Amino acid sequence: MGLSIKHLLGLKGVSKEDISLILDTADSFYEVLQREIPLVPTLRGKTILNLFFENSTRTRMSFELAEKRLSANPLNFSSSTSSVAKGESLRDTMRNIEAMKIDMVVVRHSAAGAPHFLTRCTKAPIINAGDGLNEHPTQALLDMMTIRQRFKKLEGLKVAIIGDILHSRVARSNAWGMKTMGMDVVLCGPPTLLPQKPEALGVKVTDNIDEALRDANVVMLLRLQLERQGSGLFPSIREYRERYGLDLEKLKKLPDDIIIMHPGPINRGIELASNVADCEKSVILDQVTNGVAVRMAVLFLLGGGENG
Amino acid sequence: MVKKPNGATIYLPQIEAHPSCILIRNGRVIDPANSIDEILNIGIENGIIKFVSKNVPSDFRAQEEINAEGMWVVPGLMDMHVHLREPGREDKETIETGTQAAAAGGFTSIACMPNTNPVLDEESKIRYVIQRAQYCPCRIYPIGSITKGLLGEELSPFGEMVRAGAKAVSDDGKSVKKSNIMKNALNYSKSFKIPVICHCEDSDLSAGGQINEGVVSTRLGLRGIPSIAEDVIVARDIMLAAYTGARIHIAHVSTAQSVRLIRDAKKQGINITCETCPHYFTLCEEDVGEYNTNRKMNPPLRTPLDREEIIAGLADGTIDVIASDHAPHVPEEKDVEFDAASFGVIGLETSLSVTLTYLVDKDILLPADLVEKMSLAPNKILGLDGGTLTVGKRADITIIDPKTKWKVDSSNFFSKSRNTPFEGFELKGCVKATILGGAIVFLRQQENK
Repeated sequence: MGLSIKHLLGLKGVSKEDISLILDTADSFYEVLQREIPLVPTLRGKTILNLFFENSTRTRMSFELAEKRLSANPLNFSSSTSSVAKGESLRDTMRNIEAMKIDMVVVRHSAAGAPHFLTRCTKAPIINAGDGLNEHPTQALLDMMTIRQRFKKLEGLKVAIIGDILHSRVARSNAWGMKTMGMDVVLCGPPTLLPQKPEALGVKVTDNIDEALRDANVVMLLRLQLERQGSGLFPSIREYRERYGLDLEKLKKLPDDIIIMHPGPINRGIELASNVADCEKSVILDQVTNGVAVRMAVLFLLGGGENG
Repeated sequence: MVKKPNGATIYLPQIEAHPSCILIRNGRVIDPANSIDEILNIGIENGIIKFVSKNVPSDFRAQEEINAEGMWVVPGLMDMHVHLREPGREDKETIETGTQAAAAGGFTSIACMPNTNPVLDEESKIRYVIQRAQYCPCRIYPIGSITKGLLGEELSPFGEMVRAGAKAVSDDGKSVKKSNIMKNALNYSKSFKIPVICHCEDSDLSAGGQINEGVVSTRLGLRGIPSIAEDVIVARDIMLAAYTGARIHIAHVSTAQSVRLIRDAKKQGINITCETCPHYFTLCEEDVGEYNTNRKMNPPLRTPLDREEIIAGLADGTIDVIASDHAPHVPEEKDVEFDAASFGVIGLETSLSVTLTYLVDKDILLPADLVEKMSLAPNKILGLDGGTLTVGKRADITIIDPKTKWKVDSSNFFSKSRNTPFEGFELKGCVKATILGGAIVFLRQQENK
């Protein structure tokens, strides 16, 4: 059985079966990545366009590596500005590159819905690598894969996601996906960094970190965009750290088997104390490794492959 | 003559000089200004309404006769909120195509907003628009800007613009941000007896927003425009109007709170009127769907509760006018990612039918209320004497077929643009004919097979 979706635009509306299939497939690719020559011929001859309109090092490298491990040919297009600023529309950019023959598109764009728009410009499968404030589905998938590695299950686990929820596509994708997988998600941050109508996400939202952390199995800290202080969303880094940063003192009160996650890059000493980031409960580097496996799984499944 | 495949035809008028005598026979004449709503005949001679009566005077010889049985015959409709885009963006719309769209939508008068390029902020630019309108199938009443270049700093010369033919002032597209400048504008407007039309939006609260801030913006990951961005400026402008005694008209009301504020202001006797647009009483934020840019406008589609209050405001008379906020855009500005898409939708050719379908057919408004809100009230607000079928007045008349159903297909529009939020909608009721100064400028013929 393959996926029921043609594109990975987000995790909103994606079924439990599809998510499970991606995670199972990612587990197999994880095995591949442990081999001496971590390479499979699955997508040989396929050209995959990495269309990045926003700065990204980690996600782009992870996708590119996943493509190479699948023997596909990555083609990179990056532009730190939106195409509109350059005078070419997104549709024209897409059409032009498509004319060179490509098989799949990985896109990151500052506008929510840009990947959805691309599905109307090309026949190739589209994978969302982050669109505005909307979604970052492969990040949420690798987060779930990492959690499943530790706990051997997802259902019933409680996840606290803490930080700038309002501007986080990672939090959104995780909320959609984890809710589908039967997990208990709590989003937590100062009220100025929470959505005005969070009920649309269908998960718990609180500004109280103690409530968020109570009985949590997983705590995920989000990167604080430091420039948001200037726009009046929080008064100072010090007050933020004190209220929402995870340090050893807060960690001590948490269950022994809790795991600590972060989508990176970390502001050490702000949302996450350095000694917490590096402690044995931290699975942050596992997330990075799993990112390649998950992206291989998504590329493989949308590229026409079937599991097993 | 411009003819569309569906039989809709525009005839270029010789305004005020039409020699023919027209008889409109047996239509339901709805003229709230004269408290008329009955089956009558109307005779037009030399561009003037000669009689409105049960019997046709024996000496009246009609050169042209329109059988209006089953039709409504109403004063020519007026849309007081239109963006014609000329001068500056003639690729979106021109005065020629915009007035054709207006005539096809049943409008004999429109008022056009000054946010063109250059901005209509002085006498010569107002004159330009009026001159360009001369041979068009719809009257145009330009609105001058409140501040020069819409910059919110210095007042435009209201007196000179009014002398040239401006009927109101507005910085539509944004609010006059500085409250003292707005206070000065209101005080200054009193000398010319013109209304100040307020686009109410606190640009600090709305900055970066794409759709209503709410459950849908959360779901789609789009930045929100909170309803309070509108409410706080509606409240401010009401206070300023109360303080100065000037006359204000609130444009495109989209929130429940705005309706309540205006309702209260009217009770207090403050000199205020307002309008809403067809999309605000039919659609809501959910209709943005999966990033549909033809549902992106400013103010944005709000919640079902807001829509409910807008409908209540229309029914109880709080909302005086239905205007389209016709805002044409070329496909390149809409067929893009949502954040990059321009705000605005067109409405001239759907406004009447949407109102008939969603308000009159649902018994929220009586036919006479529709005529009031789409003809009489906007004429009064702009200080014009249209909006009636009084004998001796200029024969601006719209004939409405209230029964015929049609499907919105923007490829048949006379407008240059296609950005309607109602594409594919089944609507009930359409314009049969538009008569401007006694000349038939629009006629919908039987569709050719």
